[in-house]
This record gives sequence, structure tokens and C-alpha cells, in this order.
Amino acid sequence: MAKQVFTRPKALKDNIFHYCPGCGHSIIHRLLAEVIDELGIRDKTVGVPPAGCAVLAYNYIDVDMGEAPHGRAIAVATGIKRTRPDLIVFTYQGDGDIAAIGTAETIHAANRGERLSAIFVNNGVYGMTGGQMAPTTLLGQTTTTSPGGRLPLRDGFPLDLSQMLAVADGSVYIERTAVTSPKNIIKTKRAIKKAFQVQMDDLGFALVEILSQCPINWKLSPVDACKWVEEEVVKSYPLGVIKDTTQAQNRMDRMKRGKRAKT
Amino acid sequence: MKKGFIRINSELCKGGGLCIAACPKGSIRIRNKLNIRGYHPAEYTEKEKSKNRKCTGCALCAIICPDIAIEVFRD
Ligand SMILES: Cc1ncc(C[n+]2csc(CCOP(=O)(O)OP(=O)(O)O)c2C)c(N)n1
Ligand code: SF4
Ligand code: SF4
Ligand SMILES: [Mg+2]
Repeated sequence: MAKQVFTRPKALKDNIFHYCPGCGHSIIHRLLAEVIDELGIRDKTVGVPPAGCAVLAYNYIDVDMGEAPHGRAIAVATGIKRTRPDLIVFTYQGDGDIAAIGTAETIHAANRGERLSAIFVNNGVYGMTGGQMAPTTLLGQTTTTSPGGRLPLRDGFPLDLSQMLAVADGSVYIERTAVTSPKNIIKTKRAIKKAFQVQMDDLGFALVEILSQCPINWKLSPVDACKWVEEEVVKSYPLGVIKDTTQAQNRMDRMKRGKRAKT
Repeated sequence: MKKGFIRINSELCKGGGLCIAACPKGSIRIRNKLNIRGYHPAEYTEKEKSKNRKCTGCALCAIICPDIAIEVFRD
């Protein structure tokens, strides 16, 4: 008898995704649901979706969700986590959400080492509102508000929020991944799982930045959009671990609690 | 070589073609007939029970499918 080796994760509702063909958002939703299933934390996980294309994430991921106003997800999540430290709280935010209007609270949450797992979906544009330029937009990239391409001395440079957050002492794990190929998708899942684990181990702030394709606003086919991420976007936003002090943090944490550090 | 097969839910598929690019065996193509939402969905080109099918059940197509339209089976 043939055995099924791939199917829909349990933590995902049956609803059909509203995303455009080839969009990275729904791949990331599925990975989140797979991680929640594997960690067995569905009954104690709370998500905070953004304003952006993923505003309806609560229609898909089958955990409690508390919608946040644009950019405020980290602040809302901080409130939830501080009132209920027993819960596992993640935010799900676009680049316009976390790296533009939400920059301030994000930096301070990272600095305070809030026990949160932030999922930062970087597609380089304001997808939901029609593909306007974001702080993350590449130099020369054409968007609806940079029709001749982004010019640095007029529009600023691509903002690397993950690097900025890595400077804060309260952040312990930051990794940048992509969802452009099965290999990258598997790495992204591993990173999401680790970001949850960091929170469950009470270590500090964790964030996964995921380079995600927005074929519609980039005016590329889904396959070409993936290629563009792998060939162009990674030049400004290289993939890989940006910060990981979980081991050092583990030792520090045990010492704080008066336990001997494991050697 | 292991053998497998896939089932594509053509009504969930939006015809993005990522699975076609991901499949190392060339076992998926775009269907001519539209689905109910107006997309040309992907279709599996082999017969589930055929002895000479190339699909190995590697699941690369399913892993990249943004709409979870593909279920993968292995013999
Ligand atoms: C306070 C406020 N300002 C502006 C908006 C309009 N708005 C909705 S989504 C969005 C940007 C979405 O871009 P991003 O966060 O990158 O998400 P994406 O859609 O690209 O996934 C904006 C500016 C809003 N909803 N609320
Ligand atoms: S506009 Fe872009 S980010 Fe939004 S659903 Fe479409 S492809 Fe995805
Ligand atoms: S399971 Fe692998 S071989 Fe089979 S159709 Fe999918 S990608 Fe191709
Ligand atoms: Mg965006």
C-alpha cells in the first residue's frame, strides 16, 4: 500500500488561501503550522497578524490570533506575553509593517529581550496596498512610487532591520532565509522552529526574516520571482544566521538562576 | 529507485508553476482546461499505478506549492 508522505498540517484550517499565485506568504503559513504541530504547542500559541497581505492569517493558522494595527504587532505581542508568560507568542509582519511604521517598538522589544518569536516577511514592497516602495526596496527597483527605480539620495538605502536588531543585546537569535526553493523552504522551517524554541527556553528575542516573493507587484512570474530573490535580493539581504547567542545565553541564564552552567 | 505518485487538487491550484520547475522528473505540466476559479492548474502526467512512472515521491513539488494542492505518496 502506498503511504502518504506529504499532507496538510493539522494546525492549518481548510480555508483556501487568498494570496496571489506563487506568493510566499502561504508557504510561510504552512511552515508555521508544521512547526506548531511538531512542537505540540497549538493550544498555547497566540499569533499576532499585521496589516498587510497577511492580515487574514487568522483564517488559516488554527491558533488564537489577536490582530494588531499596522506596525504594532510586537507591541501587542509584548502585552500578551507579559500578561501570560506561559503562552508562546509570535508576530507575523511584512517589511512595511515591521521595518517602516513598526520600527520603534521592534527595536525596543529586541533590546528588552522580549520572549517573542517574530516572523518578518520581507518582500521589498507594500504588497497589500499595491506595491509601493518600502524601506527594504532594492536600489534601482521599480515600484509604483519609484517608477524610475529607487534612488538612494532621494529615497534612502535598503534598510537592513535584522542587522539593526542584532546590535541589541536582548536579541539572541536572528536568521535570514528564503522560500524560493524546497531547500530554502526546509531551512526556513528549521529557523522558525528554532525561533519558537528560543522563546520556549526563555532566552530572549528571536526573529526570522524571510525573503518572500511577491510576483504580482514585481510583475514577474512566480518562477522568475524566485529567481530574482536568489540572484538579486540576496545581494542586499544575504541569507544565513545573523546572530545566535543561544548557547552563551543559556549559560548566562542558568547562572542567573543560580544553577551551574552545563559544560 | 523508490517509486511514488502525487495527487493534485486542481481546484486549489492557482497555476503558479513552481512545482513544475521543482520536479526533477518532469512529471507535472499545466493543464489546458481551466479550473473553476479560472486558473490553468498543474496536472500530474503519470498514472498512479503505472510501472514505468518516473515520480519518486520526493515531495519537492509539494514543499514548494504555496497552496498545499499536492499530496505525495510513496510505494
Ligand atoms: C496606520 C496605517 N497606515 C497605513 C495603512 C495602510 N497599509 C495597509 S498594509 C500596508 C503595507 C503593507 O506592506 P507590508 O507590511 O510589507 O506587507 P505585505 O502586504 O507586503 O505582505 C499599509 C501601508 C494601515 N492599514 N494602517
Ligand atoms: S500582493 Fe504580493 S504579497 Fe500580497 S498576496 Fe499578492 S503576491 Fe502575495
Ligand atoms: S514527488 Fe518529486 S518526482 Fe514526484 S511529481 Fe513531485 S517533484 Fe516530481
Ligand atoms: Mg511587504
